[in-house]
Amino acid sequence: MTRFEARIEVGHRPGILDPQGGVIERALPALGWANVSHVRVGKSLRLEIEATDENAARAQVDEMCRRLLANPVIEDYSIQIMETEPA
Amino acid sequence: MSTNVGVVMFPGTNCEQDVAWAVEVLGGAPELLWHGDRTVGASDAVVIAGGFAHGDYLRTGAIARFSPVMDAVADFARAGGPVVGICNGFQILCEAGLLAGALQKNAGLKFRCETVALRVETTSTVLTRNAERGQILRIPINHFEGNFVCDEGTLKGLQENDQIVLRYVENPNGSLDDIAGICNEGRNVVGLMPHPERASEAILGSTDGAVLLGSLLTGTGL
Repeated sequence: MTRFEARIEVGHRPGILDPQGGVIERALPALGWANVSHVRVGKSLRLEIEATDENAARAQVDEMCRRLLANPVIEDYSIQIMETEPA
Repeated sequence: MSTNVGVVMFPGTNCEQDVAWAVEVLGGAPELLWHGDRTVGASDAVVIAGGFAHGDYLRTGAIARFSPVMDAVADFARAGGPVVGICNGFQILCEAGLLAGALQKNAGLKFRCETVALRVETTSTVLTRNAERGQILRIPINHFEGNFVCDEGTLKGLQENDQIVLRYVENPNGSLDDIAGICNEGRNVVGLMPHPERASEAILGSTDGAVLLGSLLTGTGL
């Protein structure tokens, strides 16, 4: 078994209103950064997982996202899997 | 015999006493159900009360749907039993897949706590069978995440199957198609953001909520 770190980003699906992103997008020009657009706010989750290989780890994290960590009705997610440093 | 109403509470639920009180005032027999219960007991109807189940961690209702009582509620609903989710209860029913769509942060990012006007869009549900179509009800809302969303196909289905139960007269939260409450295809599961239990006695400023909870208690047929 190998220990992996998973980094999961959960964000709004395209077309789903992101009220927080909108507010931040309007706040930035007030501080002088007028060249910023398409601000989206999401969640970042980190976890460690033991699995036989990277594919097995990714498959499990994907299922965890579908069943709990994200709501597919309104959210998309992306997964990054990295091998952790041996202790 | 009065109607037994199971009122589901999770850690963080805070409207269960109000619902139980309103049920009793309207002649029903409330019984509190804890989230760890594996059955809904002798309930003739189940209400999932509002609040912040499991702290609303991760997403509203995301953790609550895995509580043991939710399996019992799902079985009860599948058997045709009346189930109503109020506010956080609506969010939980959506997460549990017993109702379509999801509820996200209000457009405008404001927590809305006020009495609003609602229009009854269908009387063919366990919560509105004593109401009249087009009837305007004044009932309080109290939420940060009441902005109903779903994909286009789902919305079309809700519209065509007459599953939109209540609409806001003036949309307070950006909710799709002004939706304040929906039902499932069987019409026995209803979720709504407004709190009928807070408008069930004259001393509370409105008795319009009694029309809804009264339907649950005394209504017959769909």
